[in-house]
Amino acid sequence: MSVNLTSRQVGDVTVVDAVGRITLGEGSSMLREDLRQMIVKGQKKILLNLANVSYIDSSGIGELVSGFTTVTNQGGELKLLNLTKRVHDLLQITKLYTVFEVFDDEAAAVRSFQ
Amino acid sequence: MAQWRIGKTRRAKHTETLEQLLDSTLDSVDSAEALVRQTAAEVGFNEDDLHDLGMAVREAMVNAVVHGNRYSLKKKVHLNVQHSVDSISVVITDEGEGFERTTLPDPLAEENLLRQSGRGLLLMEAFVDEFQMKRVPPLGTQVKMVKYLKK
Repeated sequence: MSVNLTSRQVGDVTVVDAVGRITLGEGSSMLREDLRQMIVKGQKKILLNLANVSYIDSSGIGELVSGFTTVTNQGGELKLLNLTKRVHDLLQITKLYTVFEVFDDEAAAVRSFQ
Repeated sequence: MAQWRIGKTRRAKHTETLEQLLDSTLDSVDSAEALVRQTAAEVGFNEDDLHDLGMAVREAMVNAVVHGNRYSLKKKVHLNVQHSVDSISVVITDEGEGFERTTLPDPLAEENLLRQSGRGLLLMEAFVDEFQMKRVPPLGTQVKMVKYLKK
């Protein structure tokens, strides 16, 4: 199973709801492609909801980092919402908790964008 | 379609070994993960441990297929899974050129945190109880991972 991504607008923030696994192959390349398309469209406030992502491997983490860098370099922001315990642990192991802004509450996350 | 050579032997009481010769494809990554998870479930590992073990196997298999064998149809990945009543040992060997770990950038160094790759070994070590990696001349890298059932 790969990842299914759907996006919705909450004000000027694009919330991306991800469901499934972000692993080497289709899952991670779909995330990369979606994030790039959003940047092209000028959507620079992106909140990635990982509540229903059960599994991310090192390739998936790489895509998250790549997405973060791409969005940041375009003057945008990529933040994370609703991490499962396993994804939370992954970010701690890899020290990426110090890089990403992470939220448990969608309204608070949306408000945090300038 | 992967070519399989499956051996199943009993080497000692309560110890069973499974061996497979896998093609250098991403399908092999999935099948190795599934086999190890199934074997570990039979030993009695809980869902969290199965997830951790599956992830470590996945990372090791991706390294073997992608970085070691570079998807070569001529090269195989050797998978050896041994389990006892309270542990599982997974040995994954590729036929690549091998590498020295000391030449790899530290994924936890501040300046490397935003690198896209290089976290596989870190995750493998984090998710198993014992981790060893060595070159196996003339060609190849071998990873051995062991996880113990918690009492």
